[in-house]
Amino acid sequence: MTRETTQGLRVERAGPQALVQDAGRFGVRHLGVTQGGALDWVSMGWANWLLGNPPDAAALEIAVGGLELHIETSGRLALAGADLDATLDGHPLPLNAGFEVEAGQRLAFARPVSGLRAYLAVPGGIDAEPVLGSVASVVREGLGGLDGRGRALEVGDRLGWRGAAGPARYLPRGVVLPPSAGTHLALVPGAQIAHFTGESVFAAFNSDWQVDTRADRMGVRLTGPELTCRLTGMVSEGIPLGAVQVPADGQPIVLLNDRQTIGGYPRLGALTPLACARLAQCAPGETLRLAAQTPDAARRAYLAQWAHWQ
Amino acid sequence: MTPRLETVGMDALIVRLFDAIDEANMPWLTAADSALRAAFDAALIDLVPSYTTLLVQFDVARLSHGEARARILAALDGLEPASSQQGQHHVIPVWYDASVGPELSRIAERLGVDEQTVIDRHCARDYCVFALGFAPGYGFMGLVEEALATPRLKTPRQTVAAGSVGIADRQTAIYPLRSPGGWNILGRSAVTLFDRERDGYSLLRPGDRVRFEAVSRQAFIDQGGDPSPLEERQ
Repeated sequence: MTRETTQGLRVERAGPQALVQDAGRFGVRHLGVTQGGALDWVSMGWANWLLGNPPDAAALEIAVGGLELHIETSGRLALAGADLDATLDGHPLPLNAGFEVEAGQRLAFARPVSGLRAYLAVPGGIDAEPVLGSVASVVREGLGGLDGRGRALEVGDRLGWRGAAGPARYLPRGVVLPPSAGTHLALVPGAQIAHFTGESVFAAFNSDWQVDTRADRMGVRLTGPELTCRLTGMVSEGIPLGAVQVPADGQPIVLLNDRQTIGGYPRLGALTPLACARLAQCAPGETLRLAAQTPDAARRAYLAQWAHWQ
Repeated sequence: MTPRLETVGMDALIVRLFDAIDEANMPWLTAADSALRAAFDAALIDLVPSYTTLLVQFDVARLSHGEARARILAALDGLEPASSQQGQHHVIPVWYDASVGPELSRIAERLGVDEQTVIDRHCARDYCVFALGFAPGYGFMGLVEEALATPRLKTPRQTVAAGSVGIADRQTAIYPLRSPGGWNILGRSAVTLFDRERDGYSLLRPGDRVRFEAVSRQAFIDQGGDPSPLEERQ
């Protein structure tokens, strides 16, 4: 699947999970194929913007660090999102910025200092063959990535690109990455919220929620007050990004990019895409609040984010 | 037919047509699927039909929530059910055996019959594909006869082999790829349910009908099946 490209880098140490991602796989969810794509699409968008790439160009999503890359060709790369203590030949790299690399240098990601996921953009995007319209790596489904089979990066993998970086750009003042606008996550309430008890709805929006250790690309569990829903025996239905489902134990699970396509638990609603990006950078134990937002307000905020990249 | 529209997210609405699982829903869901695809065209991101509903995810760069809602209602106004002949009929060969289907003997014991009787009864009717989900190409089918209905395993298996054929309550399905799973496994099929080279990718579509056909171990192997035993529950 991988095509030989002249420019690139090689993986020397793989770390827990580094995945080739783009905006995700669309138009095939009715076949049971998940969305996939960068969890923190805002940071990936900015990483790409720094090089003059389209915001959804294929980039590397690096979770928690432990990754070492051997640069094979000189050029300019960009990094945005979590601070994973990134160094180039041992020298700390600036956060959320483009940087020059030379052949033979070593780019390393040690451990999370703030946030969980960093995005490495390369000129023109990572060169990989799209599968079902996307290079998004979904390990569980065996789709996407460098080999087309969804696997995470392994030692010896070569990651190539064909483009050239545009003129140097700097992150606009006021942009904070990883996205961390307050501790409130915007949630568009769904129709099923009417089936939760009044106490539960009040508790949902007026209590602290802790990010649980049970968190991955499929979903993030929150712990806090027990929520009660009167709906029972629900028939499975399609699940949107960010859906906040509440299983019988009353503890919500926010469903993210690699979620199953249909499911039968009642839902409070769905986090907005911006809130999902924010949640993807929250470490276990972090405290959050949920804040209700109308679909129209959520849409304005979402379109404003994309307008930055036009 | 009065569809109920429910907000489920910034860019998503659920179209609720029915309340309960029923084969009679399928022609309506198929018709609604076609009507919504045509009405949204390029403004559609994804459309996910399930047993009683369709999830519409639309492009917010083109449509507001209110506009999407209006478009759905207009598309479904005067909806007529699709012809019931539309779905395909599939005959899917299955090697039923305790080594690859540990619950075959458990269900036989519970019913007080031999394994062959369970196999015959699982093969005795056409099943309707209600929905795809869980994994690419995974079709939720039913309904199996009431006596065969078996609740999901209390503790799901860590690994269920690709091709495993299972029952959960009154539904039946085939695992397209190796994955964790809690269904009661009766046997294994060599069929490829999801193939990125196939036109449309998935063998099964909602509204299709499926009949299982028992085959020998040798036939299963000849069809490309892997006869490795299913690991027992931990």
